[in-house]
Amino acid sequence: MPDTLLFALEAAANGLTAGVMYALVALGFVLIFKASGIFNFSQGVMALFAALTLVGLQTGQIPFSHLINAMFGTRLHHFGWTLPTLVAIAGTVVVMVAFAWLVERLIFRHLVNQEPIILFMATIGLAYFLEGLGDIMWGAEVKRLDVGIPQGMSPVVDDVTYAWFGYGFYMDTLELWAALIAGVLVLSLILFSQYTKQGRALRAVADDHQAALSVGISLRFIWVLVWSLAGIVALVAGMMWGAKSGVQFSLSLIALKALPVLILGGFTSIPGAIVGGLIIGVGERLFDFFMGPIIGGATENWFAYMLALVFLLFRPQGLFGEKIIERV
Amino acid sequence: MIYREAGDFKTTYAADNQTFPIKGDRYAYYLVLALALGVMPLIITDYWANAIIIPFLIYTIAALGLNILIGYCGQLSLGTGGFMAVGAYASFKLMTAFPELSIVFVVLLAGLCTAAVGVAFGLPSLRIKGFYLAVATLAAQFFLIWLFTRTPWFFNYSPTGMISAPTRTVFGYAVTGPRASAVSMYLFCLAFLIGLAWLARNLTRGTLGRKWMAIRDMDIAAEIIGVNPLIAKLSAFAVSSFYVGIAGALLFVVYLGSVEAGEAFGITVSFLVLFMVIIGGLGSILGSFLGAFFLVVGPVLLKILLVDNLRWSSDLAAHLEIMIIGLLIIVFLVLEPHGLTALWRTIKEKLRLWPFPH
Repeated sequence: MPDTLLFALEAAANGLTAGVMYALVALGFVLIFKASGIFNFSQGVMALFAALTLVGLQTGQIPFSHLINAMFGTRLHHFGWTLPTLVAIAGTVVVMVAFAWLVERLIFRHLVNQEPIILFMATIGLAYFLEGLGDIMWGAEVKRLDVGIPQGMSPVVDDVTYAWFGYGFYMDTLELWAALIAGVLVLSLILFSQYTKQGRALRAVADDHQAALSVGISLRFIWVLVWSLAGIVALVAGMMWGAKSGVQFSLSLIALKALPVLILGGFTSIPGAIVGGLIIGVGERLFDFFMGPIIGGATENWFAYMLALVFLLFRPQGLFGEKIIERV
Repeated sequence: MIYREAGDFKTTYAADNQTFPIKGDRYAYYLVLALALGVMPLIITDYWANAIIIPFLIYTIAALGLNILIGYCGQLSLGTGGFMAVGAYASFKLMTAFPELSIVFVVLLAGLCTAAVGVAFGLPSLRIKGFYLAVATLAAQFFLIWLFTRTPWFFNYSPTGMISAPTRTVFGYAVTGPRASAVSMYLFCLAFLIGLAWLARNLTRGTLGRKWMAIRDMDIAAEIIGVNPLIAKLSAFAVSSFYVGIAGALLFVVYLGSVEAGEAFGITVSFLVLFMVIIGGLGSILGSFLGAFFLVVGPVLLKILLVDNLRWSSDLAAHLEIMIIGLLIIVFLVLEPHGLTALWRTIKEKLRLWPFPH
């Protein structure tokens, strides 16, 4: 096989794992949009906040220590203990569920029946608030997150591809693990929504709010449930991205990468989020591989959007979106 | 007692159709104009001009533009920052290519360039709606910023990648560059704002504005009664981008002086202008003014309070600031989802009845 093709294949394989990461963020969007019609812009910041909380709990930081120090002139920073990763993850899940409950109780309960753009604005406000809160609670410096997943080149992939093509592909072990975890997460979400009572209620709400209300499903409970699920998905996404490139502000920008994924896959489809993520991940890497040297590189900032835009002209509802029916 | 329409007789159709039908509103409007044109130039200082007044004027123009698109035509756009960058870079290219061209025309031409770009990125709106369109306009934001930072032609091959505005004068007074005084910059921006606000008010109550509103309220129904969605949507994108482009050009030539596309016109600017429009009130000219004022003055006040008075470190204050802004937006939406204008309308209603309760 010629070298260019091998390099392109390697780029595509890496694009696949990157696509899984995008899909993971897009999944959180889809969950909330399906169940409540809210386009939740704060999903990316939720991932950042979850990752910050995880690191904070793991390393035993004192929350709000900077603020307390500024107000009272003290010098607090750590409790002086470290928690095992699993305990810290459990703690973060509790925090995210509490956050979901608060969001429902304090914001969206008051905004029922408002126009979608108002709800969207509220989530942007929430994103700002959460971003500031995360920084004040845990400090703004870049943090290392270690959840015990090995990093660096994967020797298995290297060996296998070397045996096949005579050229070892470089793939990050962490990204392979992330793909695996994302797969498990999606599978458990599907099982949850198909085989549990709460999952069925969730699908009913997604289908028709009023019909669901009339058979006695509590809309408020379902909203808290989807926000909690989105929080847990955000935690997984934040954990993976955080372990890869450190927990820092730029983590919240992955939300912007997930938006074209949503367009491509459709706002209401879970398989769409995954397929869309994979298409964007692979497309982005291949475009940068072939066109980057010609037009100056760093194309990954906008390529996904352009791809989604072109795509929309042919299929306005996305790949797996519901057909848009308009009535006057 | 003072504020009501009784006794204010209209004897011509022109008088009946005027923008401010109530006498009190009319006088208030003349008073504000007189203050802005007559008193403000005498008392303006460099600090107030730079911290509040000039950004307020410029962002009001941007908010007016976005309000035309979102509030009047119902097309959600998140590409404002990108379009402002088009205005800024167009004005830079025009200023350096034609040094003898008056800065007034440079700014207007920059607006026209932005209008053309806006129409191009508005084309998808004919196919897609709502949040799909919002995400599609993000494509404009990222692509335009990438284009301006990666193509050396746009910043005249300057090694830093920044563009900076040379000195230009109007009637012999410098309005751009380091020699410009606060008064001349203020009057330059104010002239644009008054002209554009007048234009926006009259456009939105004329044929074009009614077409936009018909499209906003229900596009299929509008099409059935004879509104051409192609013309209505694209004209809204064109007019809106014209305003936003002028705001971008003014922000660059008058206020910032030298900019780097990614920094000055990033996605945060798009959101800032969107917040102004929503907090001020969708579909309201006054709302654009109120929203811009609120979001320009708010952070300045917070900074004065936290950094200057409480002596907190500036990064802690910055985190607290975005937290408070986010909180304010949420509180605002929960208490008054229709913005400051709705508040103002309630006050006016009460005033007209005062001193009677009903």
